[in-house]
Amino acid sequence: MIRGAVDSEDPDRLYTVTGGRSRVVDENVFDMVTLIVSESEPSPGMQSEHAKILRMCHRPLAVVEIASYLGLPVSVVKILLCDLLDMGKITARHPQVVRADTRLPEPEMLKKVLVALQNL
Amino acid sequence: MHSKTSDAREHAPLSRTARDGLKIVIVGGFGVGKTTMVRSVSEIRPLSTEETMTQAGVGIDDASLVQDKTTTTVAFDFGRISLDEQMVLYLFGAPGQERFWFLWDRLFMGTLGAVVLVDTNRLSDSWYAIDRLEHHGTPFIVARNNFGEPQHTLEEVRAALDLPPDVPIVDCDARERDSSKAVLVELVKHLYSLSTSSSAALESTA
Repeated sequence: MIRGAVDSEDPDRLYTVTGGRSRVVDENVFDMVTLIVSESEPSPGMQSEHAKILRMCHRPLAVVEIASYLGLPVSVVKILLCDLLDMGKITARHPQVVRADTRLPEPEMLKKVLVALQNL
Repeated sequence: MHSKTSDAREHAPLSRTARDGLKIVIVGGFGVGKTTMVRSVSEIRPLSTEETMTQAGVGIDDASLVQDKTTTTVAFDFGRISLDEQMVLYLFGAPGQERFWFLWDRLFMGTLGAVVLVDTNRLSDSWYAIDRLEHHGTPFIVARNNFGEPQHTLEEVRAALDLPPDVPIVDCDARERDSSKAVLVELVKHLYSLSTSSSAALESTA
C-alpha cells in the first residue's frame, strides 16, 4: 500500500522535493483530475521528480495518477506541476467547469456520460 | 503499492485525445466494498494515493497558542473508465469518517456526484456521510451492497436512513462489473434529471 510508503517517508525529503514551499502556489490551478501532458523531454540536471513526471506524461495522465505513481501526496505533486507549468514543460487539460448556479454540469454533457456508460 | 519501483511500473496511458477528467466519489464505511466496486468497473488496477492537510487545533480560536499542529491524512483508492476519446471518468473510493470531510472541498470540488455504498448491518456508518453530502450540496444516490437474501426492503432502508424521496436507492453486488456499472448509470440518470429540471427552472425564471 502506498499508505505505508508515504507514512514512512522522511518528512525532510518531502520538504526537499518542494524546495520548502507549501502554500506558496495556488493549489487550485490543478484539479485532481486535470490531465497533464509533457511538452518536452527531461533536461540534464533536472530535479528527479520533475524528470519522472515528464517521462510519465508522454500521453495524458491525471494529477492523482501521477501522485500515486510517485508515491507522494497530491498537494506535493501539485507544487511540482506548478514548477513544470511555469517552465513550459507541460500542458494541463483542465476539467470542464460545473455551472455555478446549480453546481451541476450541462445536461448535454451528462447525456454523453450516460450513453457512454451504458455502452461499456 | 511499491513506490520504490515507480519508474519501472507500467502505467496504463490514456488516449492522446483525452481531455476531460470527470469525478465520481464512492463513499462508505470501512469494509463496505468501495474498493471492490472501483475494481470491478475500472479499466486499470485500482491505485491509491493520499492527501495531507496540516491544521492548527480545531476549535481553538488563537492559533498562535497552539504548539502542535495536527496533520490530517486521508488515503483513498481510485480507478478509471475511458468513456470516449475525450472523457475519462475517475472513480474514487473515499472513507466516510470525520477527518475526510476536512479535505472534501480540496479533493472533490466539482465532482459530478456520489454513490453512498451501504451495508444494512451497519447503516449508522452512512448517516454522517449522507449529512455531509447534503451539506456540501453534492448530488448522490444510495446503493446497498447486497449479496445473499436481503433482510430488509429498500423502502425500509430508505426509512432507516431518513432519505428524501427524490434520492434513488438501489441494490448492487459490488463484485460484479455489470452491477457496479448499473449503479453508475443510475447515478448519472439522477444527475441528468436534476440538471434538466434545474435548467428548466432557470429558463422559466429568466
